[in-house]
Amino acid sequence: MRALYLAAALAAALHAETFLLRNVTVHPVSDPDIPNAAILVRDGRIADVGTRLAAPKGIRVIDGKGQHVFPGMINSATMIGLSEVGAVSAGNDVGEAGDFNPQLRPLIAVNPDSEHIPVTRANGITSVVTLPVSLTGTSGGGIIPGHASLLRLDGWTWEEMEINRAAAMVLQFPEVRLSINTPGELRPVRIPFLEARRTYESRLRDLTTFFENARRYQRARTAGDAQLRTDIRLEAMLPVLEGKVPVLLLAGNERAIREALAFGGREKLKVILGGVRDPGAAMAAIKAAGVPVILREPTDLPGREDDPYDHNYSLPARLHKEGIRFALGSFNNQFARNIGFQAAFAAAYGLPPQEALRSVTLSPATIWGQDDSLGSIEKGKWADLVLADGDILEPRTNVTQVFIHGRETGVESKHTRLYRRYLARP
Amino acid sequence: MKHPYSLALLTQAILAAPPVVIRNAHVIPVTRPAFTGSVVIENGRIRQAAEQVTVPQGATIIDAAGQYLMPGIIDCHSHIGVEAINEGSVSVSSMAGIEDVIAPEEIAIYRALAGGVTTANVLHGSANSIGGKCAVIKLRWGASAREMLFEGAKPGIKFALGENPKRTNSPSSRGAGTARYPTTRMGVEDVIREAFTEAKAYQKEWREYQLKTERREPAIAPRRDFKLEPLVDVLENRRFVHAHCYRSDEILMLLRVAEEFGFRIRTLQHVLEGYKVAKEIAAHGAGASTFSDWWAYKVEAYDAIPYNAAIMLKKGVLVSINSDSPDVIRRLNTEAAKTMRYGGLTETEALSLITINPARQLEIDGRVGSIDTGKDADLVLFDKHPLSNYAVAQKVFVDGELRFDRARDLAARPEREAARQALLERERPGARRAPARRAQ
Repeated sequence: MRALYLAAALAAALHAETFLLRNVTVHPVSDPDIPNAAILVRDGRIADVGTRLAAPKGIRVIDGKGQHVFPGMINSATMIGLSEVGAVSAGNDVGEAGDFNPQLRPLIAVNPDSEHIPVTRANGITSVVTLPVSLTGTSGGGIIPGHASLLRLDGWTWEEMEINRAAAMVLQFPEVRLSINTPGELRPVRIPFLEARRTYESRLRDLTTFFENARRYQRARTAGDAQLRTDIRLEAMLPVLEGKVPVLLLAGNERAIREALAFGGREKLKVILGGVRDPGAAMAAIKAAGVPVILREPTDLPGREDDPYDHNYSLPARLHKEGIRFALGSFNNQFARNIGFQAAFAAAYGLPPQEALRSVTLSPATIWGQDDSLGSIEKGKWADLVLADGDILEPRTNVTQVFIHGRETGVESKHTRLYRRYLARP
Repeated sequence: MKHPYSLALLTQAILAAPPVVIRNAHVIPVTRPAFTGSVVIENGRIRQAAEQVTVPQGATIIDAAGQYLMPGIIDCHSHIGVEAINEGSVSVSSMAGIEDVIAPEEIAIYRALAGGVTTANVLHGSANSIGGKCAVIKLRWGASAREMLFEGAKPGIKFALGENPKRTNSPSSRGAGTARYPTTRMGVEDVIREAFTEAKAYQKEWREYQLKTERREPAIAPRRDFKLEPLVDVLENRRFVHAHCYRSDEILMLLRVAEEFGFRIRTLQHVLEGYKVAKEIAAHGAGASTFSDWWAYKVEAYDAIPYNAAIMLKKGVLVSINSDSPDVIRRLNTEAAKTMRYGGLTETEALSLITINPARQLEIDGRVGSIDTGKDADLVLFDKHPLSNYAVAQKVFVDGELRFDRARDLAARPEREAARQALLERERPGARRAPARRAQ
């Protein structure tokens, strides 16, 4: 009886809303925009979209008042839930000690009460990828810092927030790094070339050895070796070696990208290339490999003094021209809410606007294996929707409501609470 | 005039240039309603800006149909174009000055210019309670360090409060080295009070000396002190204080210390919790130059909200949006636009945050910050409304000179790339080396 009661309560808690959102312009992303339309949501999923939807009897009707509806945006690289205040190490759960930690999963360390969640959500971002490492080079994390988790920005616990706790295994491909950022240092510390190359070579050897060990473990496992002792780290490698879980290969520049892609090919990995900022002539290699890419913010400064001033602004457009599938990621928390703005900057420098919107909705959904449930406004998908008075990629637009699984999350956050409180200060 | 020679050269160059008329543009003067019309540039200045203008003889005509013309953007807090920004050895480094380390060829200047910025307040870093002297520059890309200085702009000095001067986030304060006083907010206040107590005594010594000389009494000139001189400038209102601050308590502290010593804080920089003490800031008469939406990168930024600019503006503070970054300086127009989402500012209010307001804060509003007759022809032409993320700056004029032109930049790229490849080729192992270029 009690179990039944609990199950019912749980079902009620998880039971998402059913409603008709009418009088809106729908931007499905997967299809052309539909003016004067309505969206029927049943149990948190999109049941129908169209211009002639009748409200089923007794259903709650929400008047969209002529506003626009977009699919919830997906930010493909954050540390949300794992890092609250960048400078405070006590609150940072990115960058575990050790070079090889494929067994780590960010999801189980996500603080569901992080202030970053409502702040990011209020700009129309409904799902994020949380990485186990920071890319500023200050957090350690080693070569394999863990997996990347895909989560929705709503839920009382991390279990309720889960989309996929092991969306990909993260691999920071070794690079010759001539400077390193250290917390508190005003400028990056320079490393002599020979030393940087030695570090790079030894890390490359470590990586190769680790994969060799993982392969041996895999063979022993397949052979049913009774003597084999379970190794949690190597167990975590099995789905990766089998190509079931993709590898988010982080490689920024031309040389690292080439080497990372060659490595991924040799090891027959399912590769997502990440952190790309300066592919140079490796663009052809990316295209040939047919792998998708997670790009850094287009507003990243050009790496070289003599790069064109809009070098990174125009990178998404150049990838699109080559037919390479990509999504955008912030690779930070404090500007995670601006991922839509970043997409717009890419559009300002040559990316077709529809593709800009796609790079933060349907493309990431596809890259992260969720295109049957996220990323566009289509029948059967989760009702992760953003209601706004204009283009959500524009700074002037106001996001007025966010739905996740059909639940109205509101757009309140610590920021709006402080705003109202101090605006009213006598 | 401080640099009569370079100024003369500059003036000469401008005088030689023919007038320019930008036609059919959506003109956004900021200080008055927008209109569709023309702007006439002559001798580096705005001669006329109206729906109908008189086209001077021999003028170059730029047709800007469908495009948006706004005043050159002003960044009230930048560190671009300098060799170094922190003299971090002492917590009062007022003897150091940015003017001495301007690097006019630094690419960040060009990138900022390409984003529509024409004037920047280049500040010393925030490692010290009282930092170094600042320099206001015009982004005259191609000019020398001296020529970049905004002639006649009142000098400034950087102060800094909170985590940076107390070195909270630096390794030395975490046991890796020797601590430097101050290491608390209490200590920061003390450092500033000590410095101004010294400066007052120094000011008095000089006053007594001057009185004696006026009375033709025998007198020995006091020993000059380059640390205290800029602080006396502050006391005598010849130098602006631009103070880096975050939390409401330290903001209030600085206002009270300044009032105790009888000077005014010209601008509070970053001032992330300014919204909590907007009333006190307005009463003191300080301006506020803040970020659009930075937060949570350190403890003192955890209560930062993107509504800060809007609240302060509504409570009577003169507000600007700054970049403090070689990245963000390239897109201050869209940074300003965020205040429409966060706090509901109007288009004009939003644009004033990066034009006329920072100009007023730096007291250069007689020269720049709006499109008005007689002002310097510092102008940006955008292809779309500048408050849109889709807008790209096409042409940027400084003193009427076209210092950035996107079409020109794009056209020069193949040649630049070829030159780069040639250099790389020459450095390739086995390549025939050009004759030795260096003596050693």
